[in-house]
Amino acid sequence: MSRTATADPRHLEPPRRELKQTVTYYLSWAAAFVVLAWAWGGAEMDPLLLLEDADNMSMFIEGFMPPDFTNYPNYLHDMLVTVQIAIWGTVLAVVLAVPFGVLSAENIAPWWIYQPVRRLMDAARAINEMVFAMLFVVAVGLGPFAGVLALFVHTTGILAKLFSEAVESIDPRPVEGIRATGAGRLQEVIFGVIPQVLPLWISYSLYRFESNVRSATVLGIVGAGGIGQPLYEMIRGFYYHETAAIMIIIVVSVSLLDIFSQRVRKMVI
Amino acid sequence: MTHSIRIAGLNKTFGQGSKAQHALRDINLDIAPGEMVALIGASGSGKSTLLRHIAGLERGDRKSGQGLIEVHGREVQSNGRIQRGKRQQRADTSMIFQQFNLVSRLSVLTNVCLGLLGRIAEWRGSAGLFSKAEKIAAMEALDRVGMSRFAAQRASTLSGGQQQRVAIARTLVQSAKLILADEPIASLDPASSERVMRALAEINQSGITVIVSLHQVSYATRYCPRTLAMRDGEAVFDGESTALTPDFLTELYGEDSEELILGKKRTQDAGEEVYDHSNEVALATAG
Repeated sequence: MSRTATADPRHLEPPRRELKQTVTYYLSWAAAFVVLAWAWGGAEMDPLLLLEDADNMSMFIEGFMPPDFTNYPNYLHDMLVTVQIAIWGTVLAVVLAVPFGVLSAENIAPWWIYQPVRRLMDAARAINEMVFAMLFVVAVGLGPFAGVLALFVHTTGILAKLFSEAVESIDPRPVEGIRATGAGRLQEVIFGVIPQVLPLWISYSLYRFESNVRSATVLGIVGAGGIGQPLYEMIRGFYYHETAAIMIIIVVSVSLLDIFSQRVRKMVI
Repeated sequence: MTHSIRIAGLNKTFGQGSKAQHALRDINLDIAPGEMVALIGASGSGKSTLLRHIAGLERGDRKSGQGLIEVHGREVQSNGRIQRGKRQQRADTSMIFQQFNLVSRLSVLTNVCLGLLGRIAEWRGSAGLFSKAEKIAAMEALDRVGMSRFAAQRASTLSGGQQQRVAIARTLVQSAKLILADEPIASLDPASSERVMRALAEINQSGITVIVSLHQVSYATRYCPRTLAMRDGEAVFDGESTALTPDFLTELYGEDSEELILGKKRTQDAGEEVYDHSNEVALATAG
């Protein structure tokens, strides 16, 4: 096609990808495969084992059948404690994540505030709740309270980050409208920022509550209360029928809470 | 008090060195209490920047050694420094924005009550504890702009013109002596624009100084006795609005004047619209 053809058809030609873009595209795919291959070796991946030891696996699974629910009042009680741990762990975290989240937002706080607050939250988030649970068991003794504190510290770190991201994506115009009335900084946040981010904050908090119920089911392994304690004892004692019963109770409870929080989330948004 | 606003030698430059953009060049302005002044000019001519300086939301150039702005005889800023007590100053001057700047998830009544924040004790404002009398005053303000029956609704459920009238009610509750309206009708349809301009004119009748920046000269001539016309950050005309005939506008603005005379040409021709739009974007990034 000659370059002197009429202007219109040439204008309509879709833009060509530049050479540099094409090379980058294939290189990034190649890099992704290299990473996967590299990790395969380290993780000693061997799917064939699943087939070779299929007999062992099926015997193992049969061992769980049928589930033994004779002790169910105890299991239900422990499951309830697990949910109670998650409730308080989440609520305390939300209360602290509100100020920390606002203070680690770039558009609210100056850098000499948001940088240290962010690093503090990074630290709270980086360490798994199981590790915190082990530490708090030493500090406050065995039992659910250690579990509450563990969830509280870890979740504060996570929610503060999510909350601050919501704050950073607000519409600045209502905030300016409030500033123009002669309001103070705190009032700008209360009336300009929080109404905008509240639905998102509630949604994040509910999601973290669900996750915390799941996390709380294993806190008992290190002695921080809840259903994890009997679960760990049953597995260690090879009582697989009872283990199956506990696992079913956990699955049903977690599903029920998921449905519940889904409902609540729909109501607020 | 002889002046509502006094500005002497105000300059504003965005950016530095070769990229510097002069948003305002040597603005001098005196406005008497109770005046209603229109501020006209194309996008990027410095209208918003000027209003934001008067409101104390923006600082003028420091090196110019002047840049004095006084509102009601009190200094807002000089030499690029905003005075202490700017919150009190902001409370006495209220601002209306093109995009209304209401908090969309709060009720209309609460949005209006927020105008009180600069007037009442900090703790009470922060807790949102407005007294019965204050709420009644807010309802009266809403009634003045014809919006009282929407008081319980969320601000987001209103149309643009209705939101702007709520924003005006907020300035009434703020009981400011000066209203700065930054393109209050630029995103409204003609009927809503009329209603908003009428509300502003009525408020002006009760002795409050109003400065309103406008895109279209016809509203300026109809509602504002005095007009300040701006071009590229300079005040090119300051006088009676009746002097702004189409011929005179063409003299002031050349081809750009079409944008100010109701933007007739744009609606006639789609190709023209594309051109105009890119032009506007260029001006907006420049200013």
